[in-house]
Amino acid sequence: MAKAKARHWSHDVHAVLKSADVRQVAYVPDGGLARLIELCNKDRTMRSVVLTTEEEGIAQMAGAWLGGERGVFLTQSGGVGNCINMLSIIQECRIPLLALVSMRGQWGEGFPWQVPMGQATTAALEAANVIVQPVDRAEEVAETVEAATRLAYDANRAVAVVVSQRITNSGRRG
Amino acid sequence: MAARKTKPPAITLERREVVARILSRRGDAAVVTGIGNAVHDVASCGDEARNMYLAGIMGGASMVAFGVALAQPRRRVLVITGDGELLAGIGSLVTIGVEKPKNLSIVVLDNQAFGATGNQRTHTAAGVDLVAIAAASGFAGTALITDDVGLEAALADIYDRPGPYFAVVKVKTTTGPRLDVPRDGTYVARRFRAAMTGDEG
Repeated sequence: MAKAKARHWSHDVHAVLKSADVRQVAYVPDGGLARLIELCNKDRTMRSVVLTTEEEGIAQMAGAWLGGERGVFLTQSGGVGNCINMLSIIQECRIPLLALVSMRGQWGEGFPWQVPMGQATTAALEAANVIVQPVDRAEEVAETVEAATRLAYDANRAVAVVVSQRITNSGRRG
Repeated sequence: MAARKTKPPAITLERREVVARILSRRGDAAVVTGIGNAVHDVASCGDEARNMYLAGIMGGASMVAFGVALAQPRRRVLVITGDGELLAGIGSLVTIGVEKPKNLSIVVLDNQAFGATGNQRTHTAAGVDLVAIAAASGFAGTALITDDVGLEAALADIYDRPGPYFAVVKVKTTTGPRLDVPRDGTYVARRFRAAMTGDEG
């Protein structure tokens, strides 16, 4: 008899965020994060906010911390470039940031326009002093987010968990 | 060139006097400033822990304040910013209009110019109507303020009307003296957070 299919990593990540007392979720929708966004949307202890552009989310996360709450920012790699200037407040004020970035333009990408920003994502984050924690196996996403949560909220750092396209399986057909 | 049918009223309000009148009623409100002159306008009313002075992140003031407003639902959170700064993050009005935080008010000191860089014309100088954009985005209350009477009438709304509330105050391009505002982000941010949460941050 076949083993029951493991539940999607998004459930475990949501549980990690919930146990870390994350209250504000700011996102621009992405296929790779769709299930996680759905879980956060349904969670009445979390306030999910859909943004018009990713930089709004960085500003909101800064405000959340300034007001005494924890947040998480969810974006596709294509949105990382939109955040660069706004990350100034995170660095200059040394505000913790927890971000989840789903990759495009990386593993098995079939659509050429995703490649430029996808290939620049890690460099852009690191240029803005955000610690990048890549993960490329589905069963390791939740523990990586949990570790990143401690680095962000206990050690007071800006951290992005970068979820490989190998996991999200996006963009196969271009 | 076609003449306007109705001539806009002459702009008479001074930004610093406007901010002083607004902040004289602040109570325990948190204030997030936009970058540029708004920092000095707010600081001229007294430097305090519940002021978050921003710099560098043009277009970010409204969303920083939005995050604070969600985290501090029992406290009024007030943005004081300029038209150029607001325009740089114009999508934020749409996001906030959808989310409808009841305790957030945004006051735009609209001098129709990029004051920090030499008073080049902004989009509002060409007639862009920020109040209409806010109203169309779902703000619960809006006002266009062009004189003392309008300002007086709006003061109660800024602090007490269920938000999100949005006011544009048409002001002259004149500015007050620049002040010695604390500029270390880590200091200003931790001081602000401690005032919000009542702990050591």
